Amino acid sequence: MEEVVLSFKDFGFKYNAQVEPTLYNIDLEVRRGEKILIAGPSGCGKSTLVHCINGLIPFSYKGEKTGSLTVKGKETSDMSMFELSKSIGTVLQDSDGQFVGLTVAEDIAFALENDCIGEPELHERVAEVADLVSIGDHLGKSPAQLSGGQKQRVSLAGVMVDNVDIFLFDEPLANLDPATGKQAVELIDEIQRETGSAVIIVEHRLEDVLWRHVDRVVLMNDGRIVSNSTPDELLSGDLLRRYGIREPLYITALKYAGIQIRPEMQPWSIRSIELSDSDRAKVCQWFARHSESEEKTPSEALLSARNICFGYDADHRIINDISADIRREELTAIVGTNGAGKSTFAKLICGFETQNSGDFFFRETDLKNLSIKERADHIGYVMQNPNQMISKVMIFDEVALGLRKRGVPEEEIKKRVERVLEICGLKPFRKWPVSALSFGQKKRVTIASILVLEPEIIILDEPTAGQDYRHYTEIMEFLLELKQRGITIVLITHDMHLMLEYAERTIVFTNGQIIADDTGYAVLTDREIIEKASLKETSLYSLAEKCGIGDARAFVRSFIEYERKVFRE
Amino acid sequence: MKNIFNYIERESPIHELTGATKLICLVLFSVGGMITFDTRYVACLAIIALLLFRISKIRLNEVSILLKFTLFFMVFNNLVLFVFSPQYGVEIYGTKHVLFGSGRFTVTAEQLFYHLNQMLKCLAMVPIVLLFVCTTNPSEFASSLNKVGVPYSVSYSVALALRYIPDIQLEYHDISRAQQARGIEMSKKENLIKRLKAAAEILIPLILSSMDRIETVSNAMELRGFGKNKKRTWYTANRFRAADIAAIVFCILLVAGAVAHNTLNGGRFWNPFTAG
Repeated sequence: MEEVVLSFKDFGFKYNAQVEPTLYNIDLEVRRGEKILIAGPSGCGKSTLVHCINGLIPFSYKGEKTGSLTVKGKETSDMSMFELSKSIGTVLQDSDGQFVGLTVAEDIAFALENDCIGEPELHERVAEVADLVSIGDHLGKSPAQLSGGQKQRVSLAGVMVDNVDIFLFDEPLANLDPATGKQAVELIDEIQRETGSAVIIVEHRLEDVLWRHVDRVVLMNDGRIVSNSTPDELLSGDLLRRYGIREPLYITALKYAGIQIRPEMQPWSIRSIELSDSDRAKVCQWFARHSESEEKTPSEALLSARNICFGYDADHRIINDISADIRREELTAIVGTNGAGKSTFAKLICGFETQNSGDFFFRETDLKNLSIKERADHIGYVMQNPNQMISKVMIFDEVALGLRKRGVPEEEIKKRVERVLEICGLKPFRKWPVSALSFGQKKRVTIASILVLEPEIIILDEPTAGQDYRHYTEIMEFLLELKQRGITIVLITHDMHLMLEYAERTIVFTNGQIIADDTGYAVLTDREIIEKASLKETSLYSLAEKCGIGDARAFVRSFIEYERKVFRE
Repeated sequence: MKNIFNYIERESPIHELTGATKLICLVLFSVGGMITFDTRYVACLAIIALLLFRISKIRLNEVSILLKFTLFFMVFNNLVLFVFSPQYGVEIYGTKHVLFGSGRFTVTAEQLFYHLNQMLKCLAMVPIVLLFVCTTNPSEFASSLNKVGVPYSVSYSVALALRYIPDIQLEYHDISRAQQARGIEMSKKENLIKRLKAAAEILIPLILSSMDRIETVSNAMELRGFGKNKKRTWYTANRFRAADIAAIVFCILLVAGAVAHNTLNGGRFWNPFTAG
């Protein structure tokens, strides 16, 4: 057996500002060369656990701990955070925030500089590590010049220079497009093989992490470890569902087909899972039973874009000749890589930027003649980070802001705000300060503050980023409800599940152009589009292939429709 | 979107100097320009400054925002000077050559000459300050500050702040548009108090989201050992070369020249009115 590098024994932790502990009775051992995934819903204590491991607790966040936590046999309470950082390299969720140098090289060198490593060793070590993560050609670049995947490589290199024993990844996939996320998982796997260090990944996107093998999955809930097993064992049980973590889609599909998942089938990946002939037959039978579906006739266009071009300077176009329709009472998803022009397109619609050429029409009206404020009466825009929108202390005032600015009488404001708060499930909080809310609730406040203006279209930028499955479902069901009330919804997203499950239509952006405008299942079963737009094939598609189902697209559609039916019941 | 403070990468002798050299030279040059009003000397400084600007290969349109701002400031400054002490020139030079006008605001040759000196000084200083801003890599700037004795935590914060300016500019743009959509009016149609209130409604979200950013960055830095030792090394530290020493010596000579002028002239001003 390899040496134990990290060990929790009956460990507990309580923040000074809180009454109840956040972690209870944690018992966990991690050995050298092991790769473990810690999963759990929001608020289960994952982040606190991460902070305990890397030393931000107790050095930056104060509290009381019980039990013991040792790193390479040494009690961490006897160590400084700097000493800990020599053994544990943390890659933070936000790769922009993690980027503290002004260029790639400086960022990688950061830890070495703080250790007073001088020339020529400093430059040599940086070059060496940069080559290990294949970023050596970009040493002089600034973070703004890098893609999401490259930034993650830099973050990783920045902790690798210390030859750490444990790599700690805090939600590494949160801000990445699907294809980049896949590459990140591959990179982590490669680095671990080369360095032999232990790897701890904290992430609730289970299926994405399982793109490469992990040794164990630790499941947390309410501050406790509820399961610590191999992924094969975990997927064979029903713990994931019980604790609000999304199962891999192919597992759910197999369960719908009435197949008992067992560890010996190696269900951790769609590539490894072994299905017997009878299993395959069961999947085909299920498909035969559920393949009927009604095609909806598309409604008329509410908003049309015609030949839109936009760029900050003449030779670099961010949006290149885009034409598209947003149809009434549909939920449209806009997907594509970071920097493909999705958000810019939304900003052009709202008038935050002005296109160089082309026109937008809302019904018959040319938007060109409308100000930002006038457009907002028809089209609302909800930014990704709720903190970027909230400017009032009290929830009621925040939601009422737009109406007050429009000179609506106070009596009517009261009526409209209360109705919107009710729709958004915020009624019990209407007299609360915004600061007392969780991230997801704040998001609702920002949606409410747009909704109160009664726009016909709402555009949301990454509404589910950083949300666990339960909150994700809550937000999306809420948006569906809005749609049923007659509001047209446009979502900018990286989430493939979201576009499959909720969007009637998906518009795919690549390099400022639209390369597909179709249903989610049509897009996610088209290899060419997937590749071009850095999307990720759904495992349902592979499952269909594995079971010899010819019409994979229909299979995916049946699954989505079936799942929605199950969900409603 | 144009950034106000911007390092512009070029290959030029000015870019190759270390940040510390440029900082020292900037200070010396300013001292030289400040201690004397000798027109001949200040004119020389202005010519040198413009020459250096040419050497740096920075184009005027790349610094147009800063340039417009300083031009405006120069004109404004001179107007204020004239309004508050229209006879200051007479006081300095001891003679009075009336050109036109009468009473308090009589325009004299002495006063105009004084303003000419002021503008020449501005002309000498502005290109040098611009040069420093545009040719100094912010991270090298941090290591330079550290080299001249500023604690590294302070100098690194300065560099980081410079790095975040473009991000924050972008964020401000987005936030202000989103708030405008909700009806916050920032245009000139509104009165000043309303506009100030509107600005606050944009600044609060900006501050809140910047606080998040600061927390992440400071955690990230501590996790990688920032603040562990009293000293640190710098990846971008440039070694002093002959050119650096030459530049500093040159600037010291400039200051010495200014001092010499002052002694020879018997004061800070060169007086063409009594000379002949």
